[in-house]
Formats: sequence, structure tokens, C-alpha cells
Amino acid sequence: MNLFEHVGKFSRFLLLVLSKPEKGKIFFSQIVREIHKLGINSIGIVVIISLFMGAVITLQTAYNMLNPLLPDYLVGYTTRESMLLEFSSTIVGLILAGKVGSNIASEIGSMRVTEQIDALEIMGINSANHLILPKIVAAIFINPFLYVLSVFVGILGGLAAGYLTSTVAVSEFIYGIQYGFIPYYITYSLIKTAVFAFIITAVPSYYGYYVKGGALEVGKASTKAVVNSSILILLANVILTQILLK
Amino acid sequence: MIRLENVNKAFGDLKVLNDISITFESGKTNLIIGQSGSGKTVLLKSIIGLHDVDNGAIYYNDRNFTELNHKGKKEIRKEMGMVFQGGALFDSLNVKENVKFPLDMFSTMSEKEKNKRVEFCLDRVNIKNANHLFPAEISGGMQKRVAIARAIALNPKYLFCDEPNSGLDPVTAIVIDNLIQEITKEFNMTTIINTHDMNSVMEIGEKILFISKGYKAWEGNKDQIFNTKNQALNDFVFASDLFKNIKKST
Ligand SMILES: Nc1ncnc2c1ncn2[C@@H]1O[C@H](COP(=O)(O)OP(=O)(O)OP(=O)(O)O)[C@@H](O)[C@H]1O
Ligand SMILES: [Mg+2]
Repeated sequence: MNLFEHVGKFSRFLLLVLSKPEKGKIFFSQIVREIHKLGINSIGIVVIISLFMGAVITLQTAYNMLNPLLPDYLVGYTTRESMLLEFSSTIVGLILAGKVGSNIASEIGSMRVTEQIDALEIMGINSANHLILPKIVAAIFINPFLYVLSVFVGILGGLAAGYLTSTVAVSEFIYGIQYGFIPYYITYSLIKTAVFAFIITAVPSYYGYYVKGGALEVGKASTKAVVNSSILILLANVILTQILLK
Repeated sequence: MIRLENVNKAFGDLKVLNDISITFESGKTNLIIGQSGSGKTVLLKSIIGLHDVDNGAIYYNDRNFTELNHKGKKEIRKEMGMVFQGGALFDSLNVKENVKFPLDMFSTMSEKEKNKRVEFCLDRVNIKNANHLFPAEISGGMQKRVAIARAIALNPKYLFCDEPNSGLDPVTAIVIDNLIQEITKEFNMTTIINTHDMNSVMEIGEKILFISKGYKAWEGNKDQIFNTKNQALNDFVFASDLFKNIKKST
């Protein structure tokens, strides 16, 4: 299938997904379950990665500022800006594309090959809507919280690294993370995070939903899902940045 | 009652179903038999609308299913129960939740009534003390029976079973066959069963459609099948020495 066929098929898929759920109560309980599965279960990995990345950004910035005229608080400033603008939205998005994306593609894909999706259809249920909409809604809801968490933990990691290695004084660092703060950057990143959340759930669902064959094909679909959702995240990142920061 | 009129279905150049016409009556166990690859599953999936037929018509009582829009099909689907070749139980739900699922989605029963209904259906297929087990934790035969319980949860008018007893031991196979027949009579359902098991044919073959290479090759019942002159059917029925000997001795 070429790119245009995929775009057409994906659009038709979205029309199926984005329709009204059969029963509100069930839809709601599914969202709660997906928030747990996709969001709460990802807190660990987000915290670990953010902590270490914040630390590394701080150390790299500190060791590269050779000019004594540059004030130390710039280290804190740089750490905040890196986490806020790019790391906590895009990099975390890419990591979740790997973790959550492969999980979704293989879950939906194995439901397809074992005829569980057919079983839903035959009951008169819109299977795409029933299985996938709760995932998309849950991710768009919970991922912004993961973003905020990542920013905080990253800055904390930077602070700790600066303090423990005696490269940046705590007071300088804290001054730096308050310096030249532009609130709009948070809005910009939250918008990115929401769009990435959509990509991370919708694209792997698409690959899983249309799997044909058996377990082997489910594995292949899961790989494709991760690769392509990662590429789409990077592409969306460029486009959104151009639109929102111009 | 389900009536097929000149049903055709091809996948690309591969013509799988050719001009199939037949009537399946209610209150009877209707069997579709034929060799592996002859098109039984495709025919069953066409009848329930998981495959769109290329041309021809499928009537549910007097409603032309093939001409209905999505909403109309959905209404009829709520009257269908299907047991898939592999069971197709929902992995993420336990036995009780699997059977309760259609009730949660479509019935207006109270929680208490639903639980009672689930209990009744599971009891009907002889599943006991398995409510909290997951599909991966029960045997193949149990999975098939739970799938039957799920299929009858909403009191369907039409029941479809794709090889309900393949891969089962002869005792369990006959138990399941008889169970399906009993339920069919009890609720006057129109039941269509795919099988290539001659035991099933002789046990519950009240109406039999034999398809060969996608064509309707014969139609009749289990009493007529022994004396058929149809060559393809003869080859199918009397493939085993056991059945050859039975024929000789009668
Ligand atoms: N989705 C599909 N796309 C293309 N060809 C298909 C598809 N489904 C079935 N076929 C082909 O249709 C033919 C009939 O298959 P079908 O599954 O109906 O056989 P069957 O009679 O159910 O066999 P078995 O007894 O082994 O289950 C086969 O040649 C198969 O390859
Ligand atoms: Mg089959």
C-alpha cells in the first residue's frame, strides 16, 4: 500500500472510531481502565528518564559554559527550557510510542486474528469505536499530566546533579529556572503533548485493527506501528512548532 | 428462517461461492458440510454479513439483509448469536464477564437479572465454578461451551456455529452437538452449523447443505444422505473404512 492509500484508509478508520459509543456507562469505565493502563503504568518510565535527562542537560550545559562572563543561573534556565519545550513533550512522546504503541498494536492485532473483533461486530457493536476511542480519549487526558510530571522531575534532576557535583549552586539554579519564563511555552507543549497522545494511540490501533494472518503478522504490525508513529511524532513536532512559535 | 438466493462471493480472482440458494428453517439444526477449503466458513460469514456478498440475496424471515443499511443490519445482528471456529472469547474478560458482555451492551436488565441470566446460560452448557477463570485458563472444550453460552445470552433468533466440535474428543463433541440441538428446539431458533464431522451429521443433521468447491452439490437430511447417488457426496461421506463398512452392512 502506498502513502495515499494509507491516508485514505486511516481517514475511514477514524470515522469509525470517532462515532458515538454504544453505552455511556461502559465507555466511561473503559476510559478509567485505559487511563490506568496507558497513563499510570507509564509514570515509572517517565520519572526515570526525565530525572536522568534533566541531570545530563544540567551537567553538559555547566561543563560547556567556558566563558566566565556567562552567569551560572543560565544552567538552570537552559535545563528548564529544554525540558519544557522539547524533552518532556517530544522525547517522552517517542518513548511512549514505543511502550504504549507496541502494546496497543499487539492487543488489537491479536483480537483481530483470534476473531474477537468479528465477535464484537456480529453483536452489532462498532468494534473500532468500542476498542479504540477509550484509548485515544484516555491518552489525550492523561498525557498532559505526564508532561507536567516530566518537567518537574527533570528540573529536580538537574538541581540535584548541579548540587551533588558542585557545578551549580542551588540558589543560582533556582534563580535560573525562574528567569525569563514565558508561560505560552507551556501551552505550546501541552498542545504538542495532546497531539502526540493522539498519534501514539490512533496509529498503533490502526495497524493492529487491520492485521491479516496470525501471530507473526501481529508482531510485524506492532513494529510498523512503533516506527511510523515515531516518524509522525517528529513530523508533527516540526509542523506544530512552525505554526505555534512563529 | 433464513433464505439464500443465488449468493456469490469471490476474493479477487478466486471464486469461493457460486450461486448458492437454500432455505434454512427455524427450530431445526441446519448443517453446512463439505471438505476443508470448500467455502463453509466464507458462506457462514457471508450469511451473517462479515463478508459482503458480490451478488445474490440473504433473507432473515422476510427482511433482505443484503440490502439493509448499517443501522438495519445492526438491528438484525442483535438477534444473532455466533460461535466462532476458535471460540473468540474476549481474552481480557473472565468467563462470567464474557457471557455478561452482550447483556451489558444491549439489555435493559438490572444487575441482578443479568447475573441470573449468566448463571442460567453457563448452567445450560454445563460450566460450573469457572466464573472467575480467564479464557487462557480453561480447556478448548470449555472455551467452546462458554462461547455457546455467550451466543445464547440475549436469546438469539438465529444461532451460527463454525465447527463447534472440531478438536474435541468424541464424547464432548456429541454433548455439544446435542446441546445445540436442544437449545434450538427449546427456543425455536434458526441454527446453522458448519461441520466436517460425520458423527455430527448423523446425530443432528435435520437439514444438510453439502458444498463442494463453492457450489451447492446436494441438499437433504441425515436419512437421505446414506443412499445418495451424488458422487462427490458419496466420496465425502464414505471416506472412512468405518462408514464404508456400515454402508455395506445395511
Ligand atoms: N478473507 C479471505 N481472503 C481470501 N481468500 C479467502 C478468505 N477467506 C477464505 N478464503 C479462501 O476461500 C476458500 C474457502 O475457505 P473457507 O475458510 O470457507 O473453507 P472451509 O470450508 O471453512 O474450510 P475448513 O473446513 O478448513 O474450515 C479457501 O480457498 C480460502 O483460501
Ligand atoms: Mg472453516
